[in-house]
Amino acid sequence: MAVETAPAPVVEKKKEPLFSKKNIRTLRDPLDDNNPITVQVLGICSALAVTVQVKPALIMALGVIFVASFSNLIISLLRHSIPTRVRIIVQLIVIATLVTIVDQVLKAYMFDVSKKLSVFVGLIITNCIVMGRLEAFALGNKPWPSFLDGIGNGLGYGLILVVVAVFRELFGSGTLLGYQVVPQWAYDMGYVNNGLMMLPPAALFIIGLYIWAQRSWNKKLVNVS
Amino acid sequence: MKFLQDFFDKVRPNFEKGGKFERWYPAFEALETFAFTPAHTTHDGVHVRDSIDLKRTMFTVIVAMIPTLLFGMWNVGYQHYQAYGMEMSHLDYFLFGFWKVLPIIVVSYAAGLGVEFLFSVLRGHSVSEGYLVSGLLIPLTMPVTVPLWMVALGAIFCTLIGKEIFGGTGMNFMNPALLARAFLFFAFPAYMSGEIWTDLSPEAGHALVDGYSGATNLVTFDENFRNLPSPSDMFWGFEQGSIGETSVAACLIGALILVGTGVGSWRIMLSCVLGALFMGYLFNLLAPASMPSHSMHTPGYYHLLMGSFAFGTVYMATDPVSAAHTEKGKWFYGFFIGALTVILRVFNPAYPEAVMLSILLMNVFAPVIDHLVVEQHIKSRLKKSKLSRA
Repeated sequence: MAVETAPAPVVEKKKEPLFSKKNIRTLRDPLDDNNPITVQVLGICSALAVTVQVKPALIMALGVIFVASFSNLIISLLRHSIPTRVRIIVQLIVIATLVTIVDQVLKAYMFDVSKKLSVFVGLIITNCIVMGRLEAFALGNKPWPSFLDGIGNGLGYGLILVVVAVFRELFGSGTLLGYQVVPQWAYDMGYVNNGLMMLPPAALFIIGLYIWAQRSWNKKLVNVS
Repeated sequence: MKFLQDFFDKVRPNFEKGGKFERWYPAFEALETFAFTPAHTTHDGVHVRDSIDLKRTMFTVIVAMIPTLLFGMWNVGYQHYQAYGMEMSHLDYFLFGFWKVLPIIVVSYAAGLGVEFLFSVLRGHSVSEGYLVSGLLIPLTMPVTVPLWMVALGAIFCTLIGKEIFGGTGMNFMNPALLARAFLFFAFPAYMSGEIWTDLSPEAGHALVDGYSGATNLVTFDENFRNLPSPSDMFWGFEQGSIGETSVAACLIGALILVGTGVGSWRIMLSCVLGALFMGYLFNLLAPASMPSHSMHTPGYYHLLMGSFAFGTVYMATDPVSAAHTEKGKWFYGFFIGALTVILRVFNPAYPEAVMLSILLMNVFAPVIDHLVVEQHIKSRLKKSKLSRA
């Protein structure tokens, strides 16, 4: 059987610049072409739960960016010394440590947000995006690209979270980041906040519409699943 | 009609390939086939075509909805004047309702057809006629007090998310009109449930009668079923509710038209009724004797008369696109709708209008039912062939 799986050793003639074309692509791809939520359909669960308002969504996005990038970095540094058989456990320990840090920081400095995010911070551990990137990228790449990949995927995830949250908060409560956006005269004229937006299914609708819009501007994604 | 034909023939070249308004051909085609039977012929395959095309099918459904619409208009006026304790002539009742209901219908059609035309031009497919029915079903499922912009939003949601996103008429897996109602129900609960069913625009010199309650009989039913209106009132529809849902009699006329023309499936209607009766009487047997006012004691046949059961069964459950397609599957599909409706009504006071939710749920399950029926059929045929060979 032909062995295709072994990655060809990358012969580096000269030192690659920090932001080479390839690295930039690693960073940018997850934002659109390879978005973890709308293309890979991972991490849907927390996208439904924490997007009622923009603020928790932003914090959640930052948390995931932090965890994804640093776990990628650490695992990539350790990639030669981790025995393949126990790699999942090692990855879990790294992620769990980082998540605990995020959780404790939130509890110490932003208690109200921490309460709103409740269990979903802890559940970053089980977020398929983080684990998926470790398996798919960090185990086979150098630390710096891995770090960028983590940031990119965290950003891609955060992008969707914030887009969804903006729609849900704007139409659901008429506010953005807690500030009243829909003017009072609109309510006086009979405008009513949309209660459906406060319910989790609304996030599914919006993600669905986003995927629709994304596939109409990005033809590469059509018929790729 | 001649001048209309001449007009279409005159402007047609503008819309055909190479014409000035080539992009707008779908819009032109929609209007033309609305007025005249299309002259299309099949390009390949079977060449025998029924003269009934989608447009005419849909039109039959609209005709079948006219009794409920007319009665609904009358009832809107009747309920309004009842609330103020005024005796008026039937014509006054009707006219009051007519002027209240007409804007809702106009808005629903304008918003929905607007989206439909937009999409047909953008995507280059012909305008589908499905919305002719949905556009009338939406107003009939609304309370008369609903703000018009909500109707518009519901109609847009119905066409966009309910249909176009899946590829247009015939591709949707849920009944679009019901989807619009469910959307509005969850989005604006204060306007879609509670005491909002009667138009209470003030009447000079008259005050609301004492003891007026704006609740539908489904709320009464949850509190104490013995306070329900008499079965004959519920049958004829002299009660509060959405515009088209109150009269079982009007729905029955519609059912006759649908079944008589073969547009609606009698299997689904019958099995819905059977399912509701079965569950209703089962609950009667199981009802706790120590709680005589518990809704489980409601006589089984009441469920057929209350709320929108008749309306949903006749016009919504039979939607040929979202219902089960196999004949055997239709029995299961309808039976579950009826049974689920009663279960939800009795045990979930939070969502008194259980018909809507049950139909939507069974719409989702319809493909599974069909799949199981087909699989089972294949299995039984295989078994037979083995037996005959042995």
